[in-house]
Amino acid sequence: MRPFPRRNRPTGAAPSVAAPTTAGAETVLEFRGVGRTYPGPPPVTALRAATLSVRRGDFVTVSGPSGSGKSTFLNIAGLLDTPTEGSCLLDGIDVGGLADADRTAVRGRRIGFVFQSFHLLPHRTAQENVELGMVYAGVPGRERAERASAALRDVGLGHRCAALPSRLSGGERQRVAIARALAVRPTLLLCDEPTGNLDSATADTVLTLLDELNDQGMTLVMITHDQAVAARGSRRVTIRDGALNEPTPVVAR
Amino acid sequence: MASDGTRPATGIAASTLRLRDLCAEAAAGIMQRPARSLLTAFGTVLGVGSFVAVLGLTATASSQIDGRFSSLGATEVTVEDNARQQNEFEDVAFPKDADERIRKLNGVDHAGVYFTVRLPQDTTVSSAPRSDATGSASRTKVVAASPGAVEAALPTLVQGRLYDYFAERTAAPVAVIGEGVAAPLGITTLDSFAAIFIGSEAFSVVGIVGDVQRKADLLLSVVVPRAAAERVWGAKNASEPRMLISTRLGAAQQIAGEAALALRPDHPEYFRAIAPPDARQLRTSVGSDLDQLFLLLAGICLVIGAVGIANTTLVAVLERTGEIGLRRALGARGRHVAGQFLAESGALGTLGGLLGTALGTLTVVAVALAREWTPVIHPATVTAAPVVGLATGLLAGLYPAVRASRIEPVDALGH
Repeated sequence: MRPFPRRNRPTGAAPSVAAPTTAGAETVLEFRGVGRTYPGPPPVTALRAATLSVRRGDFVTVSGPSGSGKSTFLNIAGLLDTPTEGSCLLDGIDVGGLADADRTAVRGRRIGFVFQSFHLLPHRTAQENVELGMVYAGVPGRERAERASAALRDVGLGHRCAALPSRLSGGERQRVAIARALAVRPTLLLCDEPTGNLDSATADTVLTLLDELNDQGMTLVMITHDQAVAARGSRRVTIRDGALNEPTPVVAR
Repeated sequence: MASDGTRPATGIAASTLRLRDLCAEAAAGIMQRPARSLLTAFGTVLGVGSFVAVLGLTATASSQIDGRFSSLGATEVTVEDNARQQNEFEDVAFPKDADERIRKLNGVDHAGVYFTVRLPQDTTVSSAPRSDATGSASRTKVVAASPGAVEAALPTLVQGRLYDYFAERTAAPVAVIGEGVAAPLGITTLDSFAAIFIGSEAFSVVGIVGDVQRKADLLLSVVVPRAAAERVWGAKNASEPRMLISTRLGAAQQIAGEAALALRPDHPEYFRAIAPPDARQLRTSVGSDLDQLFLLLAGICLVIGAVGIANTTLVAVLERTGEIGLRRALGARGRHVAGQFLAESGALGTLGGLLGTALGTLTVVAVALAREWTPVIHPATVTAAPVVGLATGLLAGLYPAVRASRIEPVDALGH
């Protein structure tokens, strides 16, 4: 497998960084008292004063029952939603205060999403689906094709490039989705119940793949309600009634 | 992108969508449901097709009208003699030198006076002095015509020649007859100096006319010089004297205005000149009548087409909510998503426009072929038609595209 380049904080931005940079250089994602309250009668607080620091190379699993606020956590971590209190930093950039266009740009280039329902376009081949991840990052067509096939090889699907998603098994589909997330070379891989739609044997192969990626240095945050799956992470965070909690002290591997 | 100037120091380049990628995404969107796309474009095909067909058929018909007018109709002026209605003592209001007076007008090719001779009762036309025996062609019309009138009718001679102004001046008893008259009279050749008798008056036949382009009734008549007719039967027996003027192209209107005054400066009110209808005016009136009705229908088709595209695109937006959420998660901005759907609807509109242009053109060519016309389509029509399709598609896609751009990725991803 190809090693993933470790990405340092963008050098171009260093002299004039607007966001506070008290986090360590190796901190990828940092929640500082992040809360999210949905307005409208009655207001619902889905996430309250969450504090979390994800360092480069971490494999953090976030588990909790449904309705506990996992999705809200994922949406904020994935820059799909903005916190109503506290601040969220990705690669040292305070993303909470960014305009939508900038948030979108950071999301597209720094975060790789892996969804429970894969979200592959049904009429596109595996190769085309992987390339889609690079379209909005402005990667030129030829480079896109090369990187897509390389990413597919990395997830062990080098031979299924031309297959349509309907011709792929569930595990293969999820691996295509992982390849799509990896091809943009993100700093953070955000997985939302990646094995939720898979049987246990297939789920295991996907988790093994994620393990391997983590071993190569990829930072992973995985949301799951399954305790057995949550146990695969190097750090386990639980969430209950909107409160984030890390039971055991962090032991870096 | 607009936000470049105000970008906070994220050091991260804005999301982009290259034109090529936009086109590829739009094409893929259309091709993933080809049948539906075709049906969606159908409304535009009909709208643009009828638009092209209407404009093409109108242009073809107008050019046809033009063609007819330019050849003969537009160069023919007839002057009627109304003198007898105003003054019962007038016989023929046309002066003796009428031909010459009109011929002097600028733009006149040929001009001449003609009238039908009211023959006395029982006068017959025959090839023998005693007509009682033969009796054939007894009711043949006798037309008196000055040489200019005969020339203005643009005759084609089969044998012999036309009579000239010498014959007119001398009131010579000569005649030109139509082929249709010659045969019943038994005249097959002029080599034997054939003569005919109108009543008891002998006229030598100088020419046999095979065809005329104006005044087709001359083919069934015996045509004699005006002076000869007036000498034999008198001006009183002139029925409906008229003047036939053949003009150069474009001069007809003017000559019609001048003729009465040129003929009788003392009594211009005796004449009524009939000019051909102005070809240009006629074309525009015919054109606008057709245009307005059918362009309205084409417009209705286009609106229906636009509503069809809008509807299908809106359904596609709702169907592809998940895809929109995914694209937003992958770094697409709202405007990229809007652009994609707009490009899809615009491409569908253009596709419909192109198909419609082809069908409309085929219709015009088919109709023209069936009628043996020359198909005429203005280049601007063919150029504008696909653009109309594109505009229709873009207009129709506007609302769905805005809807698509406003879909929140959080809602669209469904978790």
